Amino acid sequence: MKKVIMGNHALSYGAMLSRAQVIPAYPITPQTQVVELLSEMCASKTLDAKFIKVESEHSAMASCISASAAGARTFTATSAQGLALMHEMLHWASGGRHPVVLGNINRAMAPGWSIWTDQNDSLSERDTGWMQFYCSSNQEVLDSVIQAYKVGEALMIPAMVILDAFALSHTYEVVEIPEQDKVDAFLPPFKPEIRLTPDDPHAFGGLTGPEHYFELRYKLQKDMEKAPALIEGTGLEFERLFGRRLGLVDEYKCGDADLLFVSSGTAGYTANVAVDLLRDEGIKAGNLRMRVVRPFPFETVRRILGKAKKAAVVDRNISYGHHGIFYQEVKSALYGVKKAPPVFGYITGLGGRDITPDTFKEIAAHALAKDGPDEEIVWIGVKR
Amino acid sequence: MVEIRFHGRGGQGTVVASKVLADAIAKEGNWVQAYPEFGVERRGSPVVAFIRIDDKRIYDKSRIYAPDHVVVLDPTLVEAIDITEGLKEGGTIIINTDRKPDEFPFRGRFDVRTVHATEIAVKHKLGNLAAPIVNTAITGAVVKVLGLTKLESLAQAIREAIAIKPEDNVKAAQEAYERA
Repeated sequence: MKKVIMGNHALSYGAMLSRAQVIPAYPITPQTQVVELLSEMCASKTLDAKFIKVESEHSAMASCISASAAGARTFTATSAQGLALMHEMLHWASGGRHPVVLGNINRAMAPGWSIWTDQNDSLSERDTGWMQFYCSSNQEVLDSVIQAYKVGEALMIPAMVILDAFALSHTYEVVEIPEQDKVDAFLPPFKPEIRLTPDDPHAFGGLTGPEHYFELRYKLQKDMEKAPALIEGTGLEFERLFGRRLGLVDEYKCGDADLLFVSSGTAGYTANVAVDLLRDEGIKAGNLRMRVVRPFPFETVRRILGKAKKAAVVDRNISYGHHGIFYQEVKSALYGVKKAPPVFGYITGLGGRDITPDTFKEIAAHALAKDGPDEEIVWIGVKR
Repeated sequence: MVEIRFHGRGGQGTVVASKVLADAIAKEGNWVQAYPEFGVERRGSPVVAFIRIDDKRIYDKSRIYAPDHVVVLDPTLVEAIDITEGLKEGGTIIINTDRKPDEFPFRGRFDVRTVHATEIAVKHKLGNLAAPIVNTAITGAVVKVLGLTKLESLAQAIREAIAIKPEDNVKAAQEAYERA
């Protein structure tokens, strides 16, 4: 069934169709309509789940972790400062191997107080051991929630499904709502090997000395390394059932590109419009949209960027005192790759300033005029 | 690709008007995107909403700066703000007003159409006299003038989206369709 829904509700439908069983959520700003609709679904029994209204995002994640430990499929949603308040518990979720799925609306961090989009909130949690899926359409948001549970529960690793504030969260788009029985066939109930139950007592999160801790982290990394192949495989399985494919990245006219944009989020779709405009002008542009940032798709990025003549990484985020974060990641992946192209780093659109096809055309003009990068950061659209 | 901007005031249902229209357009198989102004809304203050329509997937997620058409739910906005900002030359402006199209200064540069949606809303008892809800009526006029979807699809979209007095809202849209 096709429906016109906002990105926030695409998260809600994703959680509903995945049959989330426990949904702890903080209901006030920076919360969005995600959990409002889920609370209505719970109240009307459309969704058979326990909705827990908590006093903070920290408690929301703590509740997700304990419910997940007890064997429940859990979901919550937040944004910006709310995600930051969860920070301690994000480590607890991944370290404890609880495959929670979290919807995060990418909002700029305060101050100045902002409800507009950039990626610094979620990228600040890059190293917490969560998978991160950056979405470009409301359909992708819904589909990603279902797939995040499938991959996360197979590996016992939590996952964030991430979407831009306003540009997706409050934008209505046509979304195919999958049928429940097909989703059930794709995503069986969550049955962890070990769970909190009086019938079979286990200790969770106990004191772990130097003789064991190191191996727990090694195992988390080893399982994270399995994720890229699993994400691709899960995407293929999903495509067979639902006709829509999602992978680690989304390639748009990359094959013969002289200039390849590396993009993400809604800007990752707007870039496609710029690619077509540039090709009309005779410039062979392409767009590599990064969908998954953790695990980082090293092989895919090396394969695609290895063939490009130039790459322009577009960051809607910054690591202060360093570069845009995607720029760091892409350069790091290309280290030692023979014939790696010159890679330019651009920062634009912080705090919700619009990223338009013209933004990408300005970036293309800059990159095409130079042999290689001669500045650490190229700022696009900043008032100086 | 067709891009439309809606002007109203907070509380008039401007965003709902764009959403209902998007629903109706999607029913005919087109791709559509609808979004409010990115910010906070206050009752009574000017509000903007947008829709973008295409027969193929819409990749452009940037905001709309040069709409093809403009829809004005509150006639007082015509004096208060520049409702023609960025509007493409020859674009259509649909205004809820009791005035005639040639009474507007921008007549000539743009194709101005008027419909008295407020009178229609009052007649069908939508909202109250002080604050009539004109959003469903205006969508009827938009469908008539711009032909983006069938009146039938609009009626269905209104029935699905409007919980209070759905049939009266459908009638208001139908009447505005006939009068526009």
